Amino acid sequence: MDTVEFQAIYVMWLRQMKRFIRSKSRLISSVVQPLFFLFILGSGFRVATFEGVSDYLSFLAPGIIAMAILFSSMFTGISVLWDKQFGFLQEVLVAPISRFSIIIGRTLGGATVALIQGFIILIIALGLGVEISGFFGLLLTLVFMILIAFTAVGFGLVIASKMEDFQGFQLVMNLIIMPLLFLSSAFFPVTSNPTMRTIAMFNPLFYSVDGLRGSLIVGVETVNNPIFDLFVVIVICIVMMGVGSYLFSKSEV
Amino acid sequence: MDIIKTNNLTKKFDDLTAVDNVSFSVKKGEIFGFLGPNGAGKTTTIKMLITLLHPTNGTAFISDFNIINNRDKVRKNIGVVFQEPALDTELTGGENLDYHARMYGIGRDKRKTRIGDVLHLVDLEDKKDVIVKNYSGGMKRRLEIARGLMHFPNVLFLDEPTLGLDAQTRRAIWKYIKKMNKEEGTTIFLTTHYMDEADYLCDRVGIIDHGKILVIDSIGDLKNSVGNDVISLSCSDLDRLIKRLEKESWIENIERHESILTLGVEKGDEKIPVIIEIAHSQNIQIKSISVRKPTLDDVFLHYTGRTIRNQEPANIEVPSRFRMGRR
Repeated sequence: MDTVEFQAIYVMWLRQMKRFIRSKSRLISSVVQPLFFLFILGSGFRVATFEGVSDYLSFLAPGIIAMAILFSSMFTGISVLWDKQFGFLQEVLVAPISRFSIIIGRTLGGATVALIQGFIILIIALGLGVEISGFFGLLLTLVFMILIAFTAVGFGLVIASKMEDFQGFQLVMNLIIMPLLFLSSAFFPVTSNPTMRTIAMFNPLFYSVDGLRGSLIVGVETVNNPIFDLFVVIVICIVMMGVGSYLFSKSEV
Repeated sequence: MDIIKTNNLTKKFDDLTAVDNVSFSVKKGEIFGFLGPNGAGKTTTIKMLITLLHPTNGTAFISDFNIINNRDKVRKNIGVVFQEPALDTELTGGENLDYHARMYGIGRDKRKTRIGDVLHLVDLEDKKDVIVKNYSGGMKRRLEIARGLMHFPNVLFLDEPTLGLDAQTRRAIWKYIKKMNKEEGTTIFLTTHYMDEADYLCDRVGIIDHGKILVIDSIGDLKNSVGNDVISLSCSDLDRLIKRLEKESWIENIERHESILTLGVEKGDEKIPVIIEIAHSQNIQIKSISVRKPTLDDVFLHYTGRTIRNQEPANIEVPSRFRMGRR
């Protein structure tokens, strides 16, 4: 890869960062929305007892971090649609750079933004008294966060390549993402109900949330071993990024 | 030297043939224009030349690089100003230019001086650090032209460069286009459906309609092909007058457009009395008559059989991004 491709990746990344920092409303809402979930769900369900959950806030925090990363990264993937509609995509596609670099740069930009948001929530959760594991756990957490971000960007790219406008976006959010999120054990454990548990086994988000929880929180009960989750999530991530970049490179302006 | 050369370039979308066996060449340093109504195939031709669309048939060369199998070389050699604005409106003008230059592999020092140069060319130096969404429509266009020039392209493609701009801004854009053609020696390929724009800017014009090129020539020769002067008239019995006038050898061409008759002649002002005399002898009453120098409108009428205006409303296409509200 020559320097032009590196420059292209860097430009795509830098652009995502600048846009994120300048868009105050996105900056605020992307942090505030998960915090609402954390505070409201956290205080509302604190009194409820779930099987195998000793401290609900510690249980919830990783789920909210996964949710924030998921939404933010999906937005990055789907924002290709904005570029398409507002013409900027043509400017990028006519430049002498490979489509691969465009996707890499964009994905890295989206992942960076998502990780920043994830860590802001993590720090707030720490402030609320959530106990997290040591260095190795944090490292594994970081890996999970990156994988969730990449997967979600890939999924966003799939949607952006298949949709012509934004009407379908709301549909995808309501009919696909929200059910998957609720059945991912992000907000409550799915193990107590056998049907839910079976469904969760086919839910890619479940492995991400379960793995993130297992690696981040001390003494929490998870369904799978985090290393097993990690393996599943890596496979899902590769498939999603592959399909996403294939569809993106095929789409015509 | 031919900087653009196309060979039977064709693009089909399902049943529709948008561009139909188009062959032409553009010389180094000239301003070449595609003139035609909306939907004539102008934008499709540009999209094929700039490697965004794959031709169904035929091929083209830009600076001797094949647009099909040497895309990266072609892309390095061209600059494009799209019909729809293609700027990142969340970034500043300077950033838009800087990112563009990076993607074309221009080094740091070169980038800096070049950004200054191109901004100077379009008089936007003081707007460098303003976020683009605060630019006016004309300023955005100028910035795009500047961006198209950033990487010293051999050819700059301009797709409807003044679409949707007011009269003053249009004239300013024209000035910049002329200026960069002259100062930078950039070859310019533009499309337009404005007669005055083609007339003012282009050295040579190709008239395109329904995906086919009808004629390519310099503006002067195109106008001469219609006749030195154009007389247009309306009268009480057009059919009979046409029949009578067809016998006159000094009339170079006769065309009827609904209730108006246009005649291509030499020394038009001397011919008016002659025509009135003929009409009088046939008991035909002339309602109006005028003589003028031929315009590109007459040329367009001559080759397509209609004016660009009277079929425009039906064909105006709303760009897809305007069909729904902004987020």
